[in-house]
Parts: sequence; C-alpha cells; structure tokens
Amino acid sequence: MRRFVALYRRLDRSTATSDKRAALVDYFRTAPPADAAWALWLLAGGKIGGAGARIAGSGELLAWIGEVANLPAWLVEECRAHVGDLAETLSLLLDDPAAHDDTPLHVWIEDRLLAVAGQDAAARRELVTGAWAVLDSEQRLVFNKLLTGSLRVGVSQRLVQQALAELGGIDIALIAQRMLGAWQPGPGFLAQLLSPQQTAADRAQPYPFFLASPLEAPAGTLGDIGDWLLEWKWDGIRLQLIRRGAEIALWSRGEERLDGRFPEIEAAARQLPHGCVIDGELLAWPAEAAQPLPFTALQTRIQRRKPGPKVLAQAPARVLAYDLLECEGEDWRARPLHQRRDALQQILAACADPRLQLSPAVAAADWSQAAALRDSARERGVEGLMLKRRSSPYQAGRRRGAWWKWKLDPLSVDAVLLYAQSGSGRRSTLYTDYTFGLWRDDALVPVAKAYSGLSDAEILELDRWIRAHTTERYGPVRAVQPLQVFELGFEVVNRSSRHKSGIAVRFPRVLRWRRDKTAAEADRLETLQALAR
Amino acid sequence: MPADADDLVIATPAGLYCPAGDFHVDPWQPVARAVITHGHGDHARPGMGCYYTSAAGLPILQWRLGAQDYRAFDYGEPFALGRTRVSLHPAGHVLGSAQVRIECGGTVWVVSGDYKRQPDPTCAPFAPQSCDVFVTEATFALPVYRWPETAAVARDIVAWREECAARGEAAVLFCYALGKAQRLLAELRAHTDQPALLHGAIAAGVEVYRAAGVELLPTGTVAEQAPRGGGYAGALVLAPPSAAGSPWMRRFRRVQTAFASGWMQVRGNRRRRHVERGFVVSDHADWPALLQSIEQSRARRIIVTHGAGDALVRLLGERGLAAGTFDTRFGSED
Repeated sequence: MRRFVALYRRLDRSTATSDKRAALVDYFRTAPPADAAWALWLLAGGKIGGAGARIAGSGELLAWIGEVANLPAWLVEECRAHVGDLAETLSLLLDDPAAHDDTPLHVWIEDRLLAVAGQDAAARRELVTGAWAVLDSEQRLVFNKLLTGSLRVGVSQRLVQQALAELGGIDIALIAQRMLGAWQPGPGFLAQLLSPQQTAADRAQPYPFFLASPLEAPAGTLGDIGDWLLEWKWDGIRLQLIRRGAEIALWSRGEERLDGRFPEIEAAARQLPHGCVIDGELLAWPAEAAQPLPFTALQTRIQRRKPGPKVLAQAPARVLAYDLLECEGEDWRARPLHQRRDALQQILAACADPRLQLSPAVAAADWSQAAALRDSARERGVEGLMLKRRSSPYQAGRRRGAWWKWKLDPLSVDAVLLYAQSGSGRRSTLYTDYTFGLWRDDALVPVAKAYSGLSDAEILELDRWIRAHTTERYGPVRAVQPLQVFELGFEVVNRSSRHKSGIAVRFPRVLRWRRDKTAAEADRLETLQALAR
Repeated sequence: MPADADDLVIATPAGLYCPAGDFHVDPWQPVARAVITHGHGDHARPGMGCYYTSAAGLPILQWRLGAQDYRAFDYGEPFALGRTRVSLHPAGHVLGSAQVRIECGGTVWVVSGDYKRQPDPTCAPFAPQSCDVFVTEATFALPVYRWPETAAVARDIVAWREECAARGEAAVLFCYALGKAQRLLAELRAHTDQPALLHGAIAAGVEVYRAAGVELLPTGTVAEQAPRGGGYAGALVLAPPSAAGSPWMRRFRRVQTAFASGWMQVRGNRRRRHVERGFVVSDHADWPALLQSIEQSRARRIIVTHGAGDALVRLLGERGLAAGTFDTRFGSED
C-alpha cells in the first residue's frame, strides 16, 4: 500500500493540476497492474464493500477506535466534530507502530477487506483494528478512507483520464467512455482501458455526457442569436437512451443504469431504429398536462426498481430528447449540432411516441426577447434557458464555450440562523453548515440547510459568533441565539409532506449576510409557501 | 466553577488576579503589578505599573515592551508579593517562559501559562511542580493532537526545501516570530548548514535569542540578498503568517509556502490556510502532555484557562478531579 499512500500524499500536497497529473502518470507507469487497477477504482470514486458487503459502518468505527484508544465515546465524537473527517479522526487517535507494513494495496483490499465484508462484527473488528496496529499514520489515513468512502484528494475523473490517455497514448474520449458504468477493478480491465484498439466491450458503453456551464457574461456577448439553439432548461434527470441491437439501456448522468425503473420509456425506445443513442431529459409529465410535474414527483420513481401501476399512473415519465450521439451505429458526436438535431427530429417523427419527444427549440428574435422568455421560466416549470451553439460538436464533460445554461435568478428570503455544524475538508474545524428558519406565528421553523455563499472572512467571523452565542449542543450541532439574518437564494420551492415546514427548497445557498436586519424582520413561512408549487 | 473565598487566583475583568498577593498574572488591562509568564502579545501587554518576569524572559520583554519597571528573577528564586510567596519555574514554551507558583498559608497554586513537554533547544524544559490547584492552558486539548518527533519534522522541512530547490522555487515557511522561528532555526542546525533567510519581522527576535546565547542556524535577511539569476530559488525563508498573501510575497516569483504549527495536525486547517505544506511543530502541550502534566502536578483541582477546554474539563470530571474553567483573553496562536 506504500506506493498508493505516496501517491495520495503527493496529490494531497500539490495544488497545481499539472503536478497532480504528473503524479498520476508516474504512479500508473510504475505500479503493478493489480494495485493500479484498485487505485484507479478508488480515484474514480469507487468504494470497497458496500451494500450487503459491509466492512465497517461509521458507528462501528467510532466505537472500535474508542475501545482501542481507550477514550469515551463522547470524546471520540468531539474529535470527529473538530476534525471534520471521520477517516482522518481515526488516524489521528493512535500512535504509530514500530514496524513497517509493505503489504500491497490489492492484497489489503482483495484478501483482507473484501474477505471479511459482510461477516459478523467480531471478524470485521479484528481485521480493522489489526490494520490500525500495523499501519503508520499516513497509511492509516488512506486505509480509513477505503472504509469510509471517497478519497477526496482533489482529483477529478477527467484528470485521471488525462493521465491515462497520456500514459497509453490514446484518446481521452475513449478512456472516458470505457470508464462509464459498472466495471470490475483488475489487471484485465486496466489492459482493456488502455487498449489502443476498439474492443467489443466499447460497443455496450454510453458516451460521456457533455455538460453546459453557467452563463456569467451578458447573453449579448455571445454574438448573433441566429448561431444559437435555444431550449428550455428542464428540471429532470439527464439521461442517455441507448438502442443497440436487441439491447435497450437507460443511463443517468450519475452513470447508473436505470433499467426497469422506467418501463414506459423502455417500451417507447423499442420503436427506435437500431444503432441509435439519444441524450435527453427524463421528466414526470402526465399526458394531458401542459407542464411537467415538479422534480419531487420524479424522485418518487428513481428508487423504485419495479414501479407498480399506481406509481406509473401518478408520475408517468417522458423523455425530452436533446441530441443524437449515435446514428445507424455510427458515432455522430463530431458532427455539428444542427445536423444531429435534424436527424434526431426525423427519428422521433418516425417513432411518433408521445413519451419520446424533441425538446422544442425556443424562438427568439434577439437576446432581449430571449431574456424575457427566460423570465417566464418559473411559470412554465423550467429552470431557465439552454444556449447551444448550432455548429458545436458533442464534447465530453463540462467544457466552456459552446453550451451554456442560463438559469433564472434565484428566489430569495431573509431567514434566521438557528443551528450550525462544522463543515468538512477545507472547512472542517469551522462551523460552516447552517440551518435557517422562518417565522410561523411567533416561532422560527427550520426551512433550509445551506453551506456556501459567504466569503472566507465572513465564515471566520460567523464561526466566532456561533461559538460565543451557542445556547445548546447536540453532538456536533450547536443551537445558536436566533439573531443573525441571512438572505437565502434557491431555485425552486416544492410542497413536501416530509418536511416539518411543509415545503422543500431546491439548491439553497447563502446570498448575503443581512447585518442590517434584526431577526424580527426576517420573512414569514407563508412568504415561502406562496412561492411553492 | 464557583470561586472559593480563599482561592489564590480568581478571574477578574482585568485578568487572572491573586487577592492574597495583590497582583495579576498576564493581565489584559493595565494594573499595578503584573507577573508575566512569557513575552507573547496576548500574555505580555503594555501599560502595567511593574512587571515581574523570569531573568531569561527579560530580554524578550525589553524587546517587545521597551523600557518598563521590570523585576527579574531566576527560575526557582522566591519573592514575596503581599501575603504570598511567588516563584517562577520553566514552562518550556519559549525562551524565558515560566509557570507561576504561588504559595500562601500552606496552599500552592501553579498557573502554567503556555507550556510544552517536547525538548526544545531554545529554552529550559518544563519543570513539573506539585501543587493543590493547577491552572493549565488547553490550546490543543483534544486527543487528535499528538506531536510527532521534532527531529523528524526538521528532516521533512529540509527535504521540502530540497524539493523546492529542484523545482526552482523558494520555500517560504510561515511561523510565529517569537519562539517558533527560533526553535526551527535551532532544530534545523542538526540537519543542514545552509543559512535561512528571514523576513524583517522575524530578524529582530532572532537577534534577541542569539544575544541570549541560543545557538541558531546562520541567517540572512530577505531584503539583503538581491535576486540575481535564480533569485530565491532553493532558499528557505522564514516569514510571519501575516506575510501570507501580502505584497511582500511578490518578490518570490516561483514559491511554495508552508506553515509550521500544531494546528497543521488537522488537514482542514492546512487547506484553509492555502499553504502547500503543513509541518506539525508546536510550542504548546499536546493531549498526552496535558494529561501527563496534570497528573504530575498531583493537584486535586484543575482550572483550564484557554483553548478547547470543555472536553478536558469533562474528562477530568469523569476521572474524579474537580475541574473548571477561567474565561481569559489568551489567544490560541501557535
């Protein structure tokens, strides 16, 4: 594991992307394939064990470290709240052993961790505490991160893919495509990933999604509006619909197969010609309705592997198609958007199924008319406009320049800070996760949690304020005197029976600190309820 | 913790106060008689009528506070204040740092000031004092704070400088100007003989230590060395944390930054400071050292003055000791 720990340390220390990439190339060039395959798995965000093959839950880890380090549970919890990261906390509470451990990464994972996964607690505890006893603090940190989830070492998927493309001398798009979906970490996969030839497995894979960037400059700077395709920005689930041979596959942007969850879409896709891949948005949208249902309706379907007739009737799904990535078995991504869209339109027209529709083009004569249309987005149940250059190829990942999302300005309310919890990563040891409330009668009801939007200086100041004005502590959470008012922005407000306030806000964030307002001047819950749909 | 009528030290708006001796310890408001534990700005402030200090700490107070009415005492040398007998004992924090031992009518209180238990070539080591009540700092009072061996950290600093040199970068190490900078220079002597360059705010304190006879790595000042050719590539530069992000940094065109502090034990702190490297070197007691010192004091009552005291107080309470806190204005810089 030493080599991988050294890579982790090098990645953790470097701030420049080029240094991180060089570290990755060095590692993959020299690491034994059996280890490198697991390193790739971990860097790509893969976990060890998981549902049904549990190695250690956070509660167990906290209990075990307390026993091993001879500390009461409350003190372990206090440490975790202070450090902000469970894996790091566990590694800091023990002293280093005298001996060195040189066991390779794949042996640790395959022969030890996976060997006890899902077994009784005593066996898992013995393995984990045994590892703590032989690993030094840097090794323990990485080992604990294998247990608790992601590495979080500032390496994006794309950076790993760049390093592998550089190492193998192959196109990054091919690497990215091969890494989509489920794969088994092993020397075989690594060899196939770096193979310069097209392989049979390549044919079953989706393409990496092309993601739009938020438009920050005025739309007028984009030039002639005639060069741009305008579409509504739908608030659903981005997906790829693959029709290859007998196979139909739905892939979400989270690179998950949605097979079986949306049978009506799969049925509609059977009418598509073979060798066809469509990029679109999945929405809950009853046939007779003028607008899609809010995102919360779609959420009721994501987790159901086999939806019953009642669910299917309450939240029927529909795909609004944006793009055609593959046509008659040929990769069309390099062709200009207008060409891809023309072909898409013809395919959908021939298919004529209301569950597969073209995402309509929004007509605007100039940018000011477009801006007026964007302002109407909320009443249409969309998030804003998408702007896509008609000549653009379909790229991979979030690349600036050709595709922009032009979202509505957020809704906002003035809310009172009620609770604070320490953050994670760069913001651990600081109280940066805030819960805000609005007035209902003469009480404050929590309505939103928000993390971002304050400057570093404001975060520090607020952290000090929180510590000095704590009224009660519940584990890592502090209740504070309800005095500070913040303007919160959010995209959408939905009615929700799952929330105490009766509403759920989407993408809440702190817009600014309203030092000019007293808590009594904060908004009432009814104000937010009036915005709900 | 409710004060007893015969408590030797109580918390007052001006600072910790000893009624029986009619003096304050490290007060933050002007008072007549101030016993000073060490020269850091949050402990030694201007405006006191008379300053009681260790002899070893006198040059530091003279540098920081200028001409004042000083009374300097050797470590262990008792002096009378009011009805009390006071003596100063090494705290191992920085040059001249002292614990204040106060004895009155058979009762002994010790106010630790800031202290550490690791060896430090720049100052006398912490000398445990038996007492009835131990007033301790708690800057790093959580079990996640356990310091690595300083020699290993010094080797890491040298290796880091060499890495920077290979990349044509300067290695700017942020550290506090009084104590930490000098300790680093003393520790580095064993591992390198390449001089370090100093930011102006650090140079003065280094001279105070040298004049006191502490052996340090040879140093130059940043302003003296004009950046010809490679400029500052490969130089180890010590600068105060306030220099981070300031225009002063612009002279290092290619640079890596690091921070030397106990706070660097937690990665979140390092990332928050936007430095490439964090070196765990602290002038405060870590968790095991706090517990060790409390035990060695044999005190039956412990009062925590500043830092993350809540957890320590609760733990000591669970172990059957009377434990409480004093609200103070001492900082948690390290």
